[in-house]
Amino acid sequence: MDDEPLNIVLFSGTEDRLQAAAVMASGAAALGRKVNIFLQYWALDAFRKDRISASLGLAPEAGERGATLVREAAAAGQQPWHATLRVAKELGEIDIQACSLSMDVLKIEEQDLDALVDGVEGVTAFYLNAGDGHILFI
Amino acid sequence: MSPEQIAQVVDAKGLSCPMPIVKTAQAIKGLASGQLLEVLATDPGSVKDFTAWAKTTGNPIVEQSVEGSVYRFVLRKK
Repeated sequence: MDDEPLNIVLFSGTEDRLQAAAVMASGAAALGRKVNIFLQYWALDAFRKDRISASLGLAPEAGERGATLVREAAAAGQQPWHATLRVAKELGEIDIQACSLSMDVLKIEEQDLDALVDGVEGVTAFYLNAGDGHILFI
Repeated sequence: MSPEQIAQVVDAKGLSCPMPIVKTAQAIKGLASGQLLEVLATDPGSVKDFTAWAKTTGNPIVEQSVEGSVYRFVLRKK
């Protein structure tokens, strides 16, 4: 199992869910496990150069109380989700691919994406690279 | 026998999961086999996380203690 990659289908574009995905990826990278991340829809939108550092909001269940707690964590020094991912990418083997269908739907060109994104692929290539590893949908 | 020298210290106090482990994994890359790395962390998941990390990566914990809210681990690079 340790040789199989961790595969994350990242769909959500809110900061809490992006941070959760970045944490899962970092942990796997720290254990020496390869990570594949497939960006769909709102997660892909969040990786646009002009959006990545923007305020992307939280999942609806956060509510006002959750938003306050997340703000406090950030003020206490918790790094943003994209910084977590950048550190993890330096540490281990994390391949981040944009879903080609989502690129079409959202009218995003490859040059619009942050350098964290390694390329564009379809779902078949994602499954091929996923091998027998776990697939998380976030 | 004199105590073994710690080659490097990672101060991960105040950092939340997974940063203590990420910083440890980064630091151990720079060490030679057999060298010791000391890590200080306050993340409450540290004990379980470092135990799991050591087991999975094969870099054993040779010393472990807790003082107040600070966990201390000494790891040996495999």
